[in-house]
Amino acid sequence: MKTLMLGNEAVARGLYEAGCSFVSSYPGTPSTEVTEAAAKYPEIYAEWAPNEKVAMESAFGAALAGHRSFCGMKHVGLNVAADPLFTISYTGVNAGMVIVVADDAGMHSSQNEQDSRHYAKASKIPMLEPADSAEALAFAKLGYELSERFDTPVLLKMCTRVSHSQSVVETSDRVDPPAKPYEKNGPKYIMMPGNAKRRHPVVEQRTADLIAWAETAEINRMEDGSDHKIGIITGSTSYQYVKEVCGDRFPVLKLGMVWPLPEKKIRDFAATVDHLLVVEELDGFIEEHCRNLGLALSGKDYFSCIDELSQNIVAEKLGLPVPAGTALDEPIPPRPPVMCAGCPHRGLFYTLKKNKLTVMGDIGCYTLGAVAPLAAMDATICMGASISGLHGFLKSGGDSKNTVAVIGDSTFMHSGMTGLVNVAYNESNATVIILDNSITGMTGHQQNPTTGYNLKGDPATKIDLETLCHAIGIRRVRVVDPYNLAECNQAVQEELAADEPSVIISRRPCALLKTVKHGKPLFVEEDKCKECGMCMKIGCPAISMIGGKAKIDNTLCTGCGVCRQLCKFDALQLPKED
Amino acid sequence: METKNIMIVGVGGQGSLLASKLLGRLLLTQGYDIKVSEVHGMSQRGGSVVTYVRFGDKVYSPIIDKGEADYIVSFELLEAARWTEYLKPGGTIVTNTQQINPMPVITGAASYPEDLVAKMEAKGLKVDAIDALKLAEEAGSPKAVNIVLMGRLSKCFDLPLEDWMTAIEHSVPEKFLELNKKAFTLGRNA
Repeated sequence: MKTLMLGNEAVARGLYEAGCSFVSSYPGTPSTEVTEAAAKYPEIYAEWAPNEKVAMESAFGAALAGHRSFCGMKHVGLNVAADPLFTISYTGVNAGMVIVVADDAGMHSSQNEQDSRHYAKASKIPMLEPADSAEALAFAKLGYELSERFDTPVLLKMCTRVSHSQSVVETSDRVDPPAKPYEKNGPKYIMMPGNAKRRHPVVEQRTADLIAWAETAEINRMEDGSDHKIGIITGSTSYQYVKEVCGDRFPVLKLGMVWPLPEKKIRDFAATVDHLLVVEELDGFIEEHCRNLGLALSGKDYFSCIDELSQNIVAEKLGLPVPAGTALDEPIPPRPPVMCAGCPHRGLFYTLKKNKLTVMGDIGCYTLGAVAPLAAMDATICMGASISGLHGFLKSGGDSKNTVAVIGDSTFMHSGMTGLVNVAYNESNATVIILDNSITGMTGHQQNPTTGYNLKGDPATKIDLETLCHAIGIRRVRVVDPYNLAECNQAVQEELAADEPSVIISRRPCALLKTVKHGKPLFVEEDKCKECGMCMKIGCPAISMIGGKAKIDNTLCTGCGVCRQLCKFDALQLPKED
Repeated sequence: METKNIMIVGVGGQGSLLASKLLGRLLLTQGYDIKVSEVHGMSQRGGSVVTYVRFGDKVYSPIIDKGEADYIVSFELLEAARWTEYLKPGGTIVTNTQQINPMPVITGAASYPEDLVAKMEAKGLKVDAIDALKLAEEAGSPKAVNIVLMGRLSKCFDLPLEDWMTAIEHSVPEKFLELNKKAFTLGRNA
């Protein structure tokens, strides 16, 4: 049946059709929907793990037990899971194991623009790279065949434009792969030095075997063209831009497997064209391989390693006509993302700003606390870095009376709690604020170990944050409601003053959750509004002051009442009871 | 058929994902090759959002570049003005006249440009502007702005009305079906 699917949904369909029965992932844009879509197939057990390392190790365990398994993550998630990745490469698998890593060229929703293909080369694991949804489905299935045939995990590299584009796929039925019962095999699976030394040559031989496979594999295909002046080596979404611009004019070598890369096939292709050009996003990965083969070519000297490519960029670099449109003369004000109206993070960030604190930030919606007018953040690095960064900051002269860490509930479970262990154990006087909005927000509302529900939506064990922080060794743990500014202010000031580490849990569910009931919108008593602008200091998209007086957009206002606590003139009013 | 390009632009939360889903379903029933691309994640939080819909005999690129869009459907006026450079010469902008202030305007760091429809027309751009918010409210919900604009867009294509209606049936929940059909019709006939 022909249907339209997101690249990520197509991967999930591929998992289903290949008989995958175990999925463990941590959400991360643009990878999240693979796991969400997989969870909708009753034949697949699917879960959110607390982080990517746990997810990958769990998927390895499932493959070892004899079932085709999967884990998915965004590019920076693979950094977290890199430890098991490099050693699962040595052990190989029992049943097949496929790992999705989704890059975010252009950084639509990421903190860096790393190119995950380097991981395939460094860990010596084959990597497939689909260019649309049909290939995403096909390559997910092929991944399991390669995984079992070559006894290796297989990386499936997605990117924003493949993950989040819908295109036409043809689905087929699920197959039930033959059972592969677990058999004890210490030399293969116990990676202590003596065994690992014997596994490393196996890995090198496997790469040689995979290169031989890549030489004739259909997914590395040559498409002939009428004009052999230029021959283009490309893959993924770059292939689509090349075809969009050039059609069938230039010969193309489309690589569906980006590691290991074929040698003879590339040399043969190069021999048929006058000039060789590699078109790839981010780093010159294929280019470097070709240069190592001694081939003369162009690549990153034309196409930047920064940001995404597009059809117009390809056209321009090839000297072909570039379409152009008409821009207006005057500047159009930007529309950056903002914390939503009613966002529980707002009141807490206002408190941090008001107290002029140094704030170690973390990864989530609350990174928007860095944006004006709240602008209450000093550093954001990666998942969990707020707490560990604060610890080092305080140990090296940072002012413990003036500095805090902020971290979300899901991020705390991911890798914040190990930082808190360090705070307790090595005794820094840290004040850590857990922004508990009862969901993983930024990636689109995924459950996590603190919410009391699992990926399938069923009730699950709820990790109690207060008990956990106490058990870690933090004696001062208190909970505040971020809609109550006085309470937030008192808690922050008292915990900063305390001479021991403390945790403040700022607790209120995300205002976008369907289960959250909103109050009626506030209204402005215009006579009372003195146009002082205090209510504008919280950066709520529902309040504006166009033409002097405060104005509330009643389609956006959730009645949270945070602005009301700032108005000294009582101009912001709760709706009258009917 | 040469590939046709539709850009749907607006503010995060205005329902552009549903509109693109509806278009995708509709175009699939017409036998075209299709690509629909959107960006999820941080930009959705009240920021400027873009969805690309492309269809034809064979569609390669998932995105629409400058000078390529046959139609830009904008759910908000400033967003229409932001993306005019993506319109193909001779293309059409179908826009809501509703204004939603971005944070730099709310904080006073910038002002919302005036007379945007006239300024776009002065540049020789073809603009079809309607008050989609008013029509959506008339249909029963301000959230139906997206479907009102799909109704407006439907006039640009020679596709059977019943196929549009079937696509709506498959894209919205049963209890909002009548409301959305009314919104579509109001947009189409406005």
